[in-house]
Amino acid sequence: MLTVAALTKTYPGPDGPVHVLRGVSLRLAAGETLALTGESGSGKSTLLHLIGGLDAPDGGTITLDGAPVTGLDDRGRAALRRGKVGVVFQQFNLIPSLSVAANIAFQARIAGRHDAVWAQALADRLGLAAHLAKYPEQLSGGQQQRVAIARTLAARPRLVLADEPTGNLDEATADGVLDLMLGLIAETGAGLLLVTHSERLAARMGRRLHLRAGLLA
Amino acid sequence: MTGPVIAALWSHWRRNPLQLFTLLAGLALATALWSGVQAINAEARASYDAAAATLGEGRYGQLIARDGGVIAQDSYVALRRAGWLVSPVVEGRLQGVRLVGIDPLTAPGGIGPVTLGEGADIGAFLAGRGQVFAHPDAVAALADLDADVIVAPDAAPGTAVTDIGVAQRLLGREGQVSRLIVAPVQPLVQRPLAEVAPELDLRPARGGSDIGRLTDSFHLNLTAFGLLSFAVGIFIVHGAIGLAFEQRRPVVRTLRALGVPLGRLVWLMAAELMGLALVAGLAGVALGYVVAAALLPDVAATLRGLYGADVAGALTLRPVWLVSGIAIALGGTALAAGGALWRMTRMPLLASASPRAMSMAAGRGARLQAVGALGLLALAGALALWGSGLVAGFGLLAALLMGAALALPLVLDRVMALGQGRARGVVAGWFWADTRQQLPGLSLALAALLLAMAANVGVATMVSSFRLTFVGFLDRVLTSELYVYTADADQAALLEEWVTPRVDDVLPLYSVARGIAGLPSELYSARDAATYRENWRFLAAVPQVWDVLAAGEGVLVNEQLARRAGLALGDTVAVAADRALPVAGIYGDYGNPIGQAIVTEPLFRALYPDIAATRFGLRIAPEEVAGVRDALRDDFGLPAANIVDQAAIKAFSLSVFERTFKVTTALNVLTLAVAGFAMLMSLLTLATMRLPQLAPVWALGLTRRALGRYELLRAVLLAVLTAALALPLGLALAWVLLAVVNVAAFGWRLPMFFFPADYARLGLFALLAAGLAALWPALRLARTPPAVLLKVFSNER
Amino acid sequence: MNARVFLLCLWPLAAQAQGFAGLGATADGFAVPAPGRVFDFPADHGAHPDYRIEWWYLTANLTGPDGTPYGLQWTLFRSALAPEAGEGWAAPQLWMGHAAVTTPEAHYVAERLARGGIGQAGVTAVPFSAWIDDWALNGIDLDTLRMTAGGAAFAYDMVLSATGPLVFHGDAGYSEKSAEGQASYYYSQPYYQVEGVLTLPEGDVRVSGQGWLDREWSSQPLAEGQSGWDWFSLSFDDGAKLMGFVLRGEGAGYSSATWIAPDGVTTAFADGALVATPLQSAPVAGRDVPVLWRVELPARGVDVTVKAINPGAWMEVSVPYWEGPVTVTGSHGGRGYLEMTGYE
Repeated sequence: MLTVAALTKTYPGPDGPVHVLRGVSLRLAAGETLALTGESGSGKSTLLHLIGGLDAPDGGTITLDGAPVTGLDDRGRAALRRGKVGVVFQQFNLIPSLSVAANIAFQARIAGRHDAVWAQALADRLGLAAHLAKYPEQLSGGQQQRVAIARTLAARPRLVLADEPTGNLDEATADGVLDLMLGLIAETGAGLLLVTHSERLAARMGRRLHLRAGLLA
Repeated sequence: MTGPVIAALWSHWRRNPLQLFTLLAGLALATALWSGVQAINAEARASYDAAAATLGEGRYGQLIARDGGVIAQDSYVALRRAGWLVSPVVEGRLQGVRLVGIDPLTAPGGIGPVTLGEGADIGAFLAGRGQVFAHPDAVAALADLDADVIVAPDAAPGTAVTDIGVAQRLLGREGQVSRLIVAPVQPLVQRPLAEVAPELDLRPARGGSDIGRLTDSFHLNLTAFGLLSFAVGIFIVHGAIGLAFEQRRPVVRTLRALGVPLGRLVWLMAAELMGLALVAGLAGVALGYVVAAALLPDVAATLRGLYGADVAGALTLRPVWLVSGIAIALGGTALAAGGALWRMTRMPLLASASPRAMSMAAGRGARLQAVGALGLLALAGALALWGSGLVAGFGLLAALLMGAALALPLVLDRVMALGQGRARGVVAGWFWADTRQQLPGLSLALAALLLAMAANVGVATMVSSFRLTFVGFLDRVLTSELYVYTADADQAALLEEWVTPRVDDVLPLYSVARGIAGLPSELYSARDAATYRENWRFLAAVPQVWDVLAAGEGVLVNEQLARRAGLALGDTVAVAADRALPVAGIYGDYGNPIGQAIVTEPLFRALYPDIAATRFGLRIAPEEVAGVRDALRDDFGLPAANIVDQAAIKAFSLSVFERTFKVTTALNVLTLAVAGFAMLMSLLTLATMRLPQLAPVWALGLTRRALGRYELLRAVLLAVLTAALALPLGLALAWVLLAVVNVAAFGWRLPMFFFPADYARLGLFALLAAGLAALWPALRLARTPPAVLLKVFSNER
Repeated sequence: MNARVFLLCLWPLAAQAQGFAGLGATADGFAVPAPGRVFDFPADHGAHPDYRIEWWYLTANLTGPDGTPYGLQWTLFRSALAPEAGEGWAAPQLWMGHAAVTTPEAHYVAERLARGGIGQAGVTAVPFSAWIDDWALNGIDLDTLRMTAGGAAFAYDMVLSATGPLVFHGDAGYSEKSAEGQASYYYSQPYYQVEGVLTLPEGDVRVSGQGWLDREWSSQPLAEGQSGWDWFSLSFDDGAKLMGFVLRGEGAGYSSATWIAPDGVTTAFADGALVATPLQSAPVAGRDVPVLWRVELPARGVDVTVKAINPGAWMEVSVPYWEGPVTVTGSHGGRGYLEMTGYE
């Protein structure tokens, strides 16, 4: 489903260019879960952003379901983010002025795939049913994280990208959230690419890759 | 996709109504400022025109009874039937109001409240009970009148105008006419006046309208004030829009990350802003109208204007204000939003929004800004040195203002850096550094404050200088308590003999029209009198100018003559065929379209022995003016119309001007209030954004009260610095208005006076405005629950 | 004649909508014309203050010693704010005078406004005197008149002698102006011999020729939909005369004509008998005005071309219009006057 080949990315830095990715290749099948580990600055978040169409690589190719992601213009990448990929951000990136219910439904709505039953089911399963009328600032960090997960899954993406989705949670909560997420992803048949530096989380994925200094180890 | 995006964008305002309010209020206030100034400008013009029309009765020749009494209406009819195009005027006092009766069918253009134009209901004016068009200040006195009183703000103060028939009835002067206005163009064939009405004297029109020329200059300056208010308004709009974008930057990122295309987002936000601008613009026009109405004396007529009854001269909601007000709101928004939207398209999807990154990005922009500021200021300098003409004058104004506004944040930044370098102690260091970091967020509000203050200083200087000049001008033109006109040399001789023992001084006014330095001019005489020595102000003069003049060794010329003929002190001018004298003094002669020169009286009489003085100025102790006046009329038999009471004219002229000065002052306060509001908006917005920055400082031991105090101090400090920069800018502004724009437009320069007390008061106002603006955010900060501050740590990252 | 009525209706009372009671008086008390009036002369040469509007309208085609054609106009309009004579300034009678001299090259116009109650303007029947300011039309009776007027750049002093009878238009002086019945009283004295002196910027000119006086009064405005009119007074070389007007409006308009035989016997022609067709327009005062016409009255074998002597004869007055002398060629030769209103 997802093929990444010889991906490179360089950022300008104060002491000259920083080569964040130096030729990364990987594959991910539908329904497969993959952990991407590595130290801070190893380029794992960058890789995730490139696959998610949030940024454009300098070299290499990304294809998703046979269609190239690289080479898309801004509009094409926006369509990709709406349509096929769902990103669970480390900072949640909820819309603070929308209620929990509206946040959950938001991405599905702009993708044109809103399904009220499915959204309600996600809310129930993620334990958010009692908070639907609240606003994000009234929720705890774990609850906000679950809203972010629900928002992503509500749009039924082909590929879920998650960047330290439980990084703000204590271990017990993190495990619970991950369990729910894995279960729901399995139901939708999507692929999952999870960026984490937690060995424990990585161990629960189907496969794991370790990124070091812009290269897969 | 559009629907949910609109909902998400709109939900921001729903959840943050205060932000929405500040945006709308900022836009509305800027629009209100603009449309209020427009409205007041228009009204001020109208009131000056009315004054000029009343004062400028000298525009038309007049027929007056030789014996000073009334004219029989039959004489009027006889004159008309002899081919004289004259129009009757009856004038009298009614409950202290000057009631003027005119005949609109024969009055020359521009006199009276109704003319034969379209839409005027002349039938109602001529028939029935009668209509009295009264200045607002005269309405109350006329309450019990047996006629319909209509408020007419463009009537001259203290004056009411009505049909001559109505006036005769109200004044009990049936069949009587006070004077006859002579139309400027008369028929080819008419019988001689002496044959038709030998009892009447023709007093020809006086050339040019002194007051008219002076008010033209004032109009121009009011226009400049309108432009200044526009500049202030644009900055405020810019600030409001910029903040609106800043507040929603994270949401925009999120929306894009979730797959909303940038283009769609830009269009939606642009449309949203235009919608808001439209709403705010409408509210602003209404507000401006209310402000104008409140500032203008008469609200009743205003309401009538609102409800559509088209009362002549009432403040009407003219479509042009509405359109221009909306255009200002939309245009200003488009201008401001254009930049913000452009930055949004350039904003990387993933860049972190940390304040340091912001200030680093700002650093790059700062260099560009510095170049722009320097360029504009250099342009202003170049225009001041080498520019000429009105366009260059206004260009200079614009370049100066924009350059200063651009330079302000940079200057403040340097000052903060200096403070930071000198600071001892951690808290002081933090204070300076933190203030400096906040400058980008506050710079627009501060620029608005700078412009508002500069405009205030400039306009206050301009207006007050204008007023001093005007009063001085009146004092000089009307030095004597009474002016008398005689019919001929014989009567003049009799009068001089008769009046001399009865007054302190008689100043005969000789004059002859002749070309001077190749320009059409008038040569006047001046007696060597204390009156002149005390009252005259010269633009330039040799030492002991009056002695030089009295010795017949010099000539005084007016500024117009000096400028047009390129005369300087010491240059020689021919005052008669065989006599040339050096220029000993140059005096301001505001409003006189032609050149004027003055020599001492003995010299004049020697040069022009055939010219007799028929006009005299009489110096009289103030308490004796009325007695002399009555004696001149009753005992000597001089027609009342040949006696001009200077105090009355002066009081009347000043009351007219006073009104505009008051309005300008009120506008100044309003401008400052608006700028203060812009500052409030900025501080409020920054306050929420700054919590993450302040929380660590709080955690490290500064109390919330102390933090609040520092916020207040910071605002006042920035306001003080801004005020310090605004003062020279405002003075430069006033200088441009008086010495560049006015000269370009009228050929004479208004002297500039300084008013330190006014500036100090303005500065205090500005500090007050800034302090008040900072008070609320500071109080909010001081009362922020610790939990909210703590949340910064738990929640933010 | 022409429906100049309406000129004055437009003048001071534009805002006042007037309803018709239809039974001899308007709603606000003005008398309205009715058929069958027995004219009472000389009293009817004077003013009728109970009617809203009235005029004494004299035009003349004159010739100078060198053969130059001149046109001359002397008009006094009366407009009442209320149906009473009144006295003093409050008298509701307003007067407006128009005077003009037209040469092939120039057109001089003057206007005067006055109120009637103070003696500045008015009309008396015996002896006949119509005046506003120094302009006057005076005589012992209507048969011999002295006419004076002037403006900033012109003046004239004329003597008029009538050589024929009064002529009544429409139904014995009751002249209908629309199919709905709007009407006026209308008679003329088209037989004046005119002699006198024109004072022009170039100097005095002795002139002589023919004059035509129109007398008309009414209280009614134009019918709804009537926008203006074209009025002709033509004097043919064979001694016959034609007065005709067309009120323009929606559709074909409304026309009326009076044929005046050389002996003064009149024939009135109802709507449709007279046809006036504009042939050519000229730009005048920012608008296009027809200055060349074809005028037909088939019942009398008239098919003539009417041409303005000076296309620029625009009356730039409170209510502007076109009025000037014309030449007539075609089936009949002659001279006359043309008035056109309502050209925007």
